[in-house]
Parts: sequence; C-alpha cells; structure tokens
Amino acid sequence: MCGIVGLFLKDPALEPKLGAMLTEMLITMTDRGPDSAGIAIYGHPADGRAKLTVQSPEPDKDFKGLADDLSAVTGAPVTGDIKDTHIVLHLPADRLEDARAAIATLRPSATVMSAGEGIEIYKEVGLPKDVAARFDLEKMSGTHGIGHTRMATESAVTTAGAHPFSTGPDQCLVHNGSLSNHNSVRRVLKRAGMTFRTENDTEVAAAFLTHKMQEGANLGEAMEATLTDLDGFFTFVVGTKDGFGVVRDPIACKPAVMAETGQYVAFGSEYRAMVNLPGIDTARVWEPEPATVYFWER
Amino acid sequence: MQVFDLEAQGLRALNATLHALTGQTNETAWEIVNPRGSHAIAVGVDAPVDITVRGSTGYYCAGMNKQATIRVKGSAGPGVAENMMSGTVIIDGDASQYAGATGRGGLLVIKGNASSRCGISMKGIDIVVHGNIGHMSAFMAQSGSLVVLGNAGEALGDSLYEARLFVRGPVKSLGADCIEKEMRPEHLLLLADLLKRGEADHLAKPEEFRRYGSARKLYTFNIDNAAAY
Repeated sequence: MCGIVGLFLKDPALEPKLGAMLTEMLITMTDRGPDSAGIAIYGHPADGRAKLTVQSPEPDKDFKGLADDLSAVTGAPVTGDIKDTHIVLHLPADRLEDARAAIATLRPSATVMSAGEGIEIYKEVGLPKDVAARFDLEKMSGTHGIGHTRMATESAVTTAGAHPFSTGPDQCLVHNGSLSNHNSVRRVLKRAGMTFRTENDTEVAAAFLTHKMQEGANLGEAMEATLTDLDGFFTFVVGTKDGFGVVRDPIACKPAVMAETGQYVAFGSEYRAMVNLPGIDTARVWEPEPATVYFWER
Repeated sequence: MQVFDLEAQGLRALNATLHALTGQTNETAWEIVNPRGSHAIAVGVDAPVDITVRGSTGYYCAGMNKQATIRVKGSAGPGVAENMMSGTVIIDGDASQYAGATGRGGLLVIKGNASSRCGISMKGIDIVVHGNIGHMSAFMAQSGSLVVLGNAGEALGDSLYEARLFVRGPVKSLGADCIEKEMRPEHLLLLADLLKRGEADHLAKPEEFRRYGSARKLYTFNIDNAAAY
C-alpha cells in the first residue's frame, strides 16, 4: 500500500491554509502507510533566493552554527529555520550548489533533502500525525504540496527511505506501488552519472525523471517515458516549482482519485482523503486514466 | 425511515445494526448519512431492506449483499458490490475498479462510468453500466450479463467463460478468446429486461448493442484435455 495526497492551489486565498489542508489529508491516509510520512511543500520563489532543506539524526549538533559556517564558505548571508530534525537554509540562488557541496564536508551526518527556489521537504519515520506535529506542517503555507504515507515494501523503514524523493532542483516524486526493474534502471542511471543514497525503488523513479529532463525532455515527456522504461506498479505524483503531475502504470492497480474546483486541484489515493476540502461536494471528481500523464502548472 | 449517522455512530455499529435485520423486519427503509468515503459500508446485509447512502463511499461498499436494495447517492470506491449474492445495488455516480467482482447474483447498476476490471470473475451477477468501463473488464467472467451503454476499454472479456457481454459503443480491444457474437432474439429480450431493471430503458434500445462472448478455444474448453485433470 502507501497513501498519496496532493494539492495544487489556484486560489491564492487558500495559500495560508495549504499546510493545514495537506496535514488533514495526510493523516487520513495513515491506514495506507503508518511506517513513515513526508511532505514536499512549495512556496513562491523569491527573486534570486533559494532554499536547502537539510535533515540530521543529530540536529542539536549538526544545525548549531550551520548557517554561519555556510556563510563563511559561500561568502553570502545564509539564514536557517530549524524544524525538529530538519533545517531550511535560505541563501542566494547562485550559491546553492556551493552550499550543497559544502554540507557534505561540514556536516557529514546530515542529508540534503531538497534544494531549489520553492521546495522544502520534511520526512521522518513514524505515524503521519506524529510526523506532521514534529514539523508543525499545519502552519505552513504555500502554492502546492505533495504528501506521502509509507507502508514499506522494497527497502527498509528509514528516514532516507521515506517519500518524497528529490533528485533535482525543485523536483520531487512520491510513489504508491513497487518497481520490479529498479536495480537494472539504477545501474544504467549510475553509468550516466546519477548518484543514489538508498536501495529504494522510488528513488530510481525520481532519478529517472531528473535524468530524462537533464537530457532535454520536459516533465510531460519524462513522465511518458516512465510508462515504457519502468516495470512494476506505480501511481506517481511529481512536484516541480510550478506545479504537479500524475501518472499511473497501464494496469493501474494502485488507486487514485482527483478533484478539481475553481480553487484547487487535489489528489488522493482515496476519496476520503479529500472529504474536508472546501467545495468538495460540487467538485469535479474523477479517477485518472491508466497510462495517461496529467499535469497542472501555474 | 431509520437514519444512521456514520460519522457519529461508527462503521462497526452500522454493519452490526444492519446484520441484525433478518427475516421480516419492520425497519425496511434506511438512510446512511456522512459516509465521507468510508470503507465497507453496508457489507454483508442479508434482509429485504432499502438502504440509501447519502454521499460517496470507499472500498467494498455493499459487498456480499443478499436481498437488500442499496443506493449510493454519490460515487463508489474499489470493489463495490464485490461478491454480491442477490438484491440490487445502484450507484448514482462512478464506480472505481473491480465493481461487482466475483458477484454470484443480483443486479449492480452504475449510472456513471466504471473503471478497470468491472465484473472481473463475475459468476452470475448482472451489471448495467450507463457510462463506460475500463480495461480488463469481465476478465474470466463465468456467468451473468454485463451491459455497457458506453465504451469498453482494452482486453474486454479476456479468458471469458460463459458470461454475456453487451456493449453499445466501441470496444478498444477484445481479450484472449473473446469474440463478437450474433445478437439473436433471445438476447434482445434479455437486454430489454436488463435495461429496464437497470433504469436505462429510456437511454438505449437493445438493437443498439453488440454481443460478445467466449470463443471457447482456450485450453480449459478443449475436451481432449479432460484427462489432464
């Protein structure tokens, strides 16, 4: 199993409530994935600014002075907001890669969860309600977001194995299902220069999309390619700086429901994840077709 | 009319209450409010009662139904009326995958679309879908009838046994051993009855449908293989 939720807001008036709406959806999907939970939340990019989200099993030690240390390395002002085991570092966009590289040496036990202009990723092991409370997800605002509740099948229950996976700037992917050819695809991608942190099948799907886009495909084309190159069961929800996309494998065993109103587009593994959204009773509700790419962008 | 608030009273209480209805009961009309996409609503009912669900349901609504008439005033999640034995289940909206799977009897009506695997392994149930059905519908269907006013997806009736399939619109592809068959007078009579009972006689005429069934060419149908069992 596994549960997926997603919200893409059309109405800016809902942006302050994005975290609250997604949290409620996420907790409703606990039955589908009680092992771990995660969320990718996107805000309005600020001109010339970027964000790094970093996770550490020892936040007290690793986050102390981290912003200052990165300032020293990059020669630019860096600020940090600590949220439990994660810290969001704000810095100039042109220093993002320097900072990401520096973290590996400055704090070897820390992990970069996401990098980009809009994205922040928070994920941990535990019940979705507990994970949401640790990061105070309810209070977050943003333009769109994706959440995942995990019931592990292909790799261990660890923070690194939780979703979303981010393998490129402002990109993330969550997955319900299991891939059967992830080892061979991972080998191909490694030869092509992609790096992997886990043995997880979903990380391979995320890296597959990133690699396709590095080769020049747009997101739609990259998502189409999953239908021919990835073998197994999947419903993928993919986030980018400007929107989100959905694709299901041709057999489409893994459930998916979508709802659209004038205010938002919502995704849920089950309809009950969406029952508290405003205007759901009059929303257009449908099941995404198998082997069909859907995408919403602002 | 008995009204049951699912949110306030809970699923176990609902199904226990419905299971307690047996034989001749005076409480023949039920309304379930606040279903909010919950799973397993009105599963295993075995009494001649009328149940209306005011909203959309999650997995397995009306599963194993016997005798009851269950109406969903919304859409239904996966496995609606799975293994239904008798009675009638009517979905006003759409139904998700494997609607009516393994059903042995009764009538399932879906007024919207049904997605993949509709009527998979059906064993005597009749299913009337006012809209379209998805891929792999009626896979290994054994008996009963599937009537589709719209279109059918890929691999309709793959490995079909003796179920009768009637589709009005285009069929994307037929599954292994499923072929189009002649529509004879008895099939038109059967269809007229199913359309009437499926609340669809004002929407389509029997002559507008094409019939599909088993070519009986698969291994299991070959008498020469009888010794293998």
